Amino acid sequence: MPEYALEMNIIGAGDKELLEISGKNLLALNLEEMKAVKKYFTGIGRNPTDCELETIAQTWSEHCCHKIFRSDINYTEKANGKIREEKINLLGEIRKVTEKLDSDFCVSVFKDNAGIVKFNDEYGIAFKVETHNHPSALEPYGGAGTGIGGVIRDILGAGRGAKPIMNTDVFCFGLPDADYKRLPEGVLHPRRIFRGVVSGVRDYGNRMGIPTANGAIVFDEGYQKNCLVFCGTVGIIPLKNVEKKVMEDDYIVVIGGKTGRDGIHGATFSSIQMDANVSTNVVQIGNPIVEKKMMDVLLTAADEGLYNFVTDCGAGGLSSAVGEMGSETGAEVMLEKVPLKYSELLPWEIWISESQERMVLSVPGKNLKKLLELFASEDVEAAIIGQFKKTGKLEIYYKNEAVCSLDMNFLHGGVPLRNLKAQFAFPGKAEYRKDADAKTTDWPARIMKLLTDINITSREAVITQYDHEVQAHTVLKPLAGMEHSGPSDAAVLKPLYGDYRGIAVGCGINPFYGRHDPYMMAGCCIEEALRNIVSAGADPGAAAILDNFCWGDVNDEENLGALARCVKGCRDFALKYKLPFISGKDSLNNFFVEEKTGVETSIPGTLLISAVGIVGDIRKTVSSSFKRGGNLLYICGKTRKEMGGSRYYAVFGIEGGEVSEPVPSKTLPMMRKLHCCIEVGMVKSCHDCSDGGFIIALSEMAAGGGRGAEVFLDRMISDDVSPEALLFSESQGRFIVEIDRTLQGDFEKAMGKNVSMIGSVAEDGEIKVFYGGEKLFSLSAEEAEKAWRSGLQW
Amino acid sequence: MVKPRVLILRVAGTNCDNETEWAFRLAGAEPERVHINRIKRGEKKICDYQALVIPGGFSYGDDISAGKVLVNEIKHNMGEDIDRFTGEKKPLIGICNGFQVLVKAGLLPWQGKQVVSLGWNDSARFEDRWVYLKTEKNASPFLKGFPSVIKLPVAHAEGKFTVDSGTTLKKIEDGKLVFFRYCSPDGGDAEYPHNPNGSAGAIAGLTSANGLIVGMMPHPERALLKCFYPDANEGGDGEEDGYGCRFFRNIVEYIK
Repeated sequence: MPEYALEMNIIGAGDKELLEISGKNLLALNLEEMKAVKKYFTGIGRNPTDCELETIAQTWSEHCCHKIFRSDINYTEKANGKIREEKINLLGEIRKVTEKLDSDFCVSVFKDNAGIVKFNDEYGIAFKVETHNHPSALEPYGGAGTGIGGVIRDILGAGRGAKPIMNTDVFCFGLPDADYKRLPEGVLHPRRIFRGVVSGVRDYGNRMGIPTANGAIVFDEGYQKNCLVFCGTVGIIPLKNVEKKVMEDDYIVVIGGKTGRDGIHGATFSSIQMDANVSTNVVQIGNPIVEKKMMDVLLTAADEGLYNFVTDCGAGGLSSAVGEMGSETGAEVMLEKVPLKYSELLPWEIWISESQERMVLSVPGKNLKKLLELFASEDVEAAIIGQFKKTGKLEIYYKNEAVCSLDMNFLHGGVPLRNLKAQFAFPGKAEYRKDADAKTTDWPARIMKLLTDINITSREAVITQYDHEVQAHTVLKPLAGMEHSGPSDAAVLKPLYGDYRGIAVGCGINPFYGRHDPYMMAGCCIEEALRNIVSAGADPGAAAILDNFCWGDVNDEENLGALARCVKGCRDFALKYKLPFISGKDSLNNFFVEEKTGVETSIPGTLLISAVGIVGDIRKTVSSSFKRGGNLLYICGKTRKEMGGSRYYAVFGIEGGEVSEPVPSKTLPMMRKLHCCIEVGMVKSCHDCSDGGFIIALSEMAAGGGRGAEVFLDRMISDDVSPEALLFSESQGRFIVEIDRTLQGDFEKAMGKNVSMIGSVAEDGEIKVFYGGEKLFSLSAEEAEKAWRSGLQW
Repeated sequence: MVKPRVLILRVAGTNCDNETEWAFRLAGAEPERVHINRIKRGEKKICDYQALVIPGGFSYGDDISAGKVLVNEIKHNMGEDIDRFTGEKKPLIGICNGFQVLVKAGLLPWQGKQVVSLGWNDSARFEDRWVYLKTEKNASPFLKGFPSVIKLPVAHAEGKFTVDSGTTLKKIEDGKLVFFRYCSPDGGDAEYPHNPNGSAGAIAGLTSANGLIVGMMPHPERALLKCFYPDANEGGDGEEDGYGCRFFRNIVEYIK
């Protein structure tokens, strides 16, 4: 008579009972999957235990196994009355990019906890971005903190251990002035989520001693019921430590935190929708100092080569970590040996708990004693809980009673993939509507309003709460100058103390474009991430990107269709910009069901592209602020009438317009030339045009440098568009560049037709804009700075 | 010539030990990061080193209050050794969390019971920003060659300098025990954000009367090279080599 495991009656269950079992136990398995489970156990002639069923549910959860991204999709696209059908596989499309580019910059892609690229002959750079959306919506402080804690462990678990050197954080929140009374039950106010999330990231990141040096915050009503929290970590790893392999007879050692009941069913919960009834039990409890202690010792153990394999204990807890590590050998685990926070946990709870700050090592017997002594010497928990055995089975015991015995092949290969249908109806090119209200005298007021727009205004109040300089690597900080008066496009780090070689990290996110066309959104996000790092000094030829898709209810064919179109955009534009994807993650089913009405709200389809690139010599890093009066100003790239999804249209309530279309065939060669100019020290300041268009970029440069400018709009490269479009269009592929007057000839020769001299920096602090031979308007850099810095002060 | 040995004390939550080690290496010393457990077990002795540094971080998570748990650990395990160490005129340096430890352990501004503290910033939150600092006239050999105003970054939640009484503040001022003072860009009185936390007397760092025990909230180890100065990327001159580096060089030079 089993004492510790409960027999679950699956063999005798009909379809209805199977679904009941899945629902009642929060397994998040659908009927097809439950039937596959039933078939397996019928085949071996017994029912599963609770522990087995839970193990399968964690391993097969959307969160852990990305079924949608791995399934084949019949995709139908309707445009201009024509219907086009194709079969696509989302993960396949993304991976195709990296395979086709076959870049020797990539060291390890899509197989480890993080993507790894080459830094120099000795070191690689590991980068991973995760999401922690559902937990942050429920418990913002803990959810965001453990999100950062989790992705840090991904980097510690990349190869045989990378050293985290930087964090990135990107958030999407509902509008901060939302009416409390109109929030549905179970939804926290956006301001409360904002404060909790920022504090959570601050307290965890700062205590870990990892600089948080890059990020973004997007506000839109669409995120009111489901916020998004993207946490990323960059690490550095000796190239010789990239390869890892679990060896037969290695011991399974769990290190770091103890196991408790927190975070049970985190993986399965985050695979389904949110409603008012979710228990906060699914959110983990974080303790950064436990993780910091673990990190310190783990990196020493990595240096000494004491283990063969390391991975983090994230979603699904030990079941995922040990299950994956042992997938090619087999594993035997004694659950009673797992250190617990308190007694009386059930075996299956120990096995799937997502308690934080834990990692799992595969340690050869000869190193065991030394490793345990090392961990003990700094008071860090390390316990042998089993051994990898060449059995092909996952065998788990609790006090000598077998509570789980599953074939690894079934566990990792048995999930039935679905054949999905998706459709996307192309709305056709929306008409460009001229803003009838635009009066020529109105420009400064409009610009000031845009500078205070919640999606443009300075994030200083958030950024200064993060320690963005700990470890003394941060060369280009998130805000410009001593006084934080302007924005930086990217963070530049110098990861090795004795070396001037560096990296730049930036990102691109714009759900507003996605409402017009998810395909172009993908192109724009990829380009923006690249523009950001290039303008800080990174080489566009030594750069890589990561994708993070956050989508709504993908059981809806139109939502899935938009996702598929976005993935196609990622594929096409990444290929054209020659940017390999090195890692990625999808978080699907970000939708909320209102209890009373049953009304379902999905988030706007959201893509975050993160980019990392090499800066050959960080002393050549360029910031965005104006440096000296009299220096010449250039615009690189062409301005088109592309106002769809622009901040200008959003702020002034104008609908329609065309969304910006990136032109990689022109932009990439231009970026390469610009990079050469930066590399030889020709460029004094550089800023890309993005949210708000040319004039916002110019105002930010002026604010950062405390200087004005004199610019002639007619000199911008364009096909004769109105001043309104010249000022506010969000056309891709544009930079504003400041050059010393004496280098005019050299710069123009190097850049060719890609640039036009539009004016100069003015020491008097006035931004003067001319058009058609007349002064259109002027505004002071000081006022622009004040407006830009006024935001998020609550 | 034998390089001076510098002990950088490390505990759970210390997070500026690597860059502090680099700083001393650049300055020509032989630094060693040592976990406090190794001192407790007697594997390492502070008397074998020429300088002792408590670097920045969140020792033991800054639970109770910043640095407090580490203060107790030090008092119980190393108290007498530290008295002997400072008695031998060996430098004892506390940066950020280390400064919090030194004042709460009663090692600054003078050795005895705690008379000053570092409380929560007026903004009630952690802030990372660069500040202007006035280098004060005092006995410390570690300010040699500094101009009157320099720039360094601060990054803390609990850095507001407070005193138990006006008498203490007067004694500190009269005794020339101020090391750094927050100031405006031209060296004048500082208001927020130039005084980033609301410190009494705008005090950013203290020194003992003999100038050898020094504690400060700013992070010189983050300003070792010109490239780390915000103005280095802003078209200004930065500060050649960074005054952060000169601070560490001065310590090493004193030991030699």
